Amino acid sequence: MAEHLLEVEDLKQYFRVSKKFTVKAVDGVSFYIDEGETYGLVGESGSGKSTIGRSIIRLYTPTAGRVLFEGVEISGHLGAAETRHLRTRMQMIFQDPMACLNPRKKVGDIIAQGLDVHHLYVNADERQEKVYRIMERIGLDREHANRYPHQFSGGQRQRIGIARALIMEPKLVIADEPISALDVSIQAQVVNLMKDLQKELGAAYLFIAHDLSMVKYISDRIGVLHLGHLVETGTTKDIFDRPLHPYTKSLLSAVPHPDPRVEKQRTAIAYDYKSSGIDYTKGSYHAVSETHSVLATDEEFARWSAR
Amino acid sequence: MEKTLTIRDLRISFQASGGTVRAVRGVDLDLYQGETLAIVGESGSGKSVTVKAIMGIVSSNQIVEGGTILYRCREKDEWTERDLLRLSRREMRRHINGTHIAMVFQDPMTSLDPTMTIGMQLMEGMIQHLHLSRALARRRAIELLELVGIPEAEKRMRNYPHQLSGGMRQRVVIAIALSCSPDILICDEPTTALDVTIQAKILELIQEIQRKTGISVIYITHDLGVVAKVADYVAVMYAGRIAEKGTVEDIFYDPRHPYTWGLLSSMPDISDESSERLYTIPGSPPSMVDLPAGDPFAPRNAYALEADYKAEPPMFQISQTHYAASWLLDERAPKLAMPDSLRRRIESMREGGRTDG
Repeated sequence: MAEHLLEVEDLKQYFRVSKKFTVKAVDGVSFYIDEGETYGLVGESGSGKSTIGRSIIRLYTPTAGRVLFEGVEISGHLGAAETRHLRTRMQMIFQDPMACLNPRKKVGDIIAQGLDVHHLYVNADERQEKVYRIMERIGLDREHANRYPHQFSGGQRQRIGIARALIMEPKLVIADEPISALDVSIQAQVVNLMKDLQKELGAAYLFIAHDLSMVKYISDRIGVLHLGHLVETGTTKDIFDRPLHPYTKSLLSAVPHPDPRVEKQRTAIAYDYKSSGIDYTKGSYHAVSETHSVLATDEEFARWSAR
Repeated sequence: MEKTLTIRDLRISFQASGGTVRAVRGVDLDLYQGETLAIVGESGSGKSVTVKAIMGIVSSNQIVEGGTILYRCREKDEWTERDLLRLSRREMRRHINGTHIAMVFQDPMTSLDPTMTIGMQLMEGMIQHLHLSRALARRRAIELLELVGIPEAEKRMRNYPHQLSGGMRQRVVIAIALSCSPDILICDEPTTALDVTIQAKILELIQEIQRKTGISVIYITHDLGVVAKVADYVAVMYAGRIAEKGTVEDIFYDPRHPYTWGLLSSMPDISDESSERLYTIPGSPPSMVDLPAGDPFAPRNAYALEADYKAEPPMFQISQTHYAASWLLDERAPKLAMPDSLRRRIESMREGGRTDG
């Protein structure tokens, strides 16, 4: 097997609510991310897409399964070496740019915090230089380093969040709905910036979102999640040109087009798990092509691919 | 078609610590019966302030500087016309809110009372405004829940908001808004907090209710996909003014204002195979405290003319229904065309060569 940057095998993340009730937020998900590529995770709220991101970066401790990052297992007990490896090589961008920046710290210090924690500079000048360089890249002035987060607009704050992640020169960035809290005109700016920085720095992205049109734009490959199961995965072309799973189809049909004549006639394909007769736990992965696979039983797979 | 709402030269400002924020600076809008109007704009463009003025929701530091909001409706078989800005808060609450104009807010969790059953919240308005008996209100409440597509409505009446999913909660909020049979329903980003699949369902639900009851709907949104789906008439707002307004076809197939071009181009097109860079509008919306002279959009506008920095453009009429405020439409202006990528996209939409919808 070729070496992947990140490999997730049968990841399970359960939350015990009470003695009788356990939420299975993520129930056996496997996928991989190669170096420098963007993997988009889509699904509705409650599908477990944010949980996966958080389990990988170890904000949660996975219930079961294996996560390999650059060949190092990061799902079990973390020793000092693994922790350092994980914390420097993998970074996260959060959804709400106001909530994730410390309001009492200057922006320059927020951006440099990762460097401070891991002692990644020799002297204060080098630290300063690194901060200025990344701020220039994301389109902020040097003077902005001495300001506080509340003095920035939403789009600028999200840029600060991106700068803080990328100053560590990570191999993998987990972006948890990085644009859903932003205005339309600003969304495009942030997505373009993320794409440009990826080209420059060669980082891979795990891009979590529910806006399929943006995901299509930024991703190389896509995974569709529903109720904690990865129901379909493939390249962006596979998913958009030849969706097989009924949930993927329903999700694609719900994406609005900016074209009134098409839009006025269109109705979304309904999908209801309970009445569909599909049991995700019974399915296994069937390969449609080398890159494209779908979660189904043998009978379902035959039926879906026949159409 | 009857006109139900006529907004003329609406001007609203706020007294803030940094100075006077001129949030709405001369807005003209019309709403016809049974029609859907969508107001599009970024945060801070004044779209929410405009519709909140229709509902009579004012904050304590808000000053209505001028303008009129004329509301026409049938009352006891007679047409009456009232200026909503001249009514007192008490009169608004008693005669307009709920019974004539109702509103659905963005976040269904914060607009429902967590300590009351949804049945009680539904009945409350009907008992207060329509003076129905409890039994009758209860019966109507169950009907309303069925109308908005909630299964086992009778059982759900006893549920509290936290026991419902996000989509179900928004359905309840819509049912409450419809409970006193209003003429106008205002939806302030009704689907922003919801997933795409549920979003489509809620929009289709509102459309269906509109067909059944013939109410007028005002949408506030920044999602042009939503606009394309539901709107008859569109107003694009920027920095407290209307940049462009027209029928949905005018706006999507014949946009004239550079800001509208920017908004349309920055939307990723799902049927577009090329992965060229997304078009972006540079910069961010201006601070509304001290607006520069001239067109507030000029600094972000690649097509800005010299005139844009000197004076704010007036509304130019393009057709019977289509208006835009841009100096590009002045006869003295050079002929500038929209960006190529957008022109190509519109052409392909016009040809209707797409079957993927």
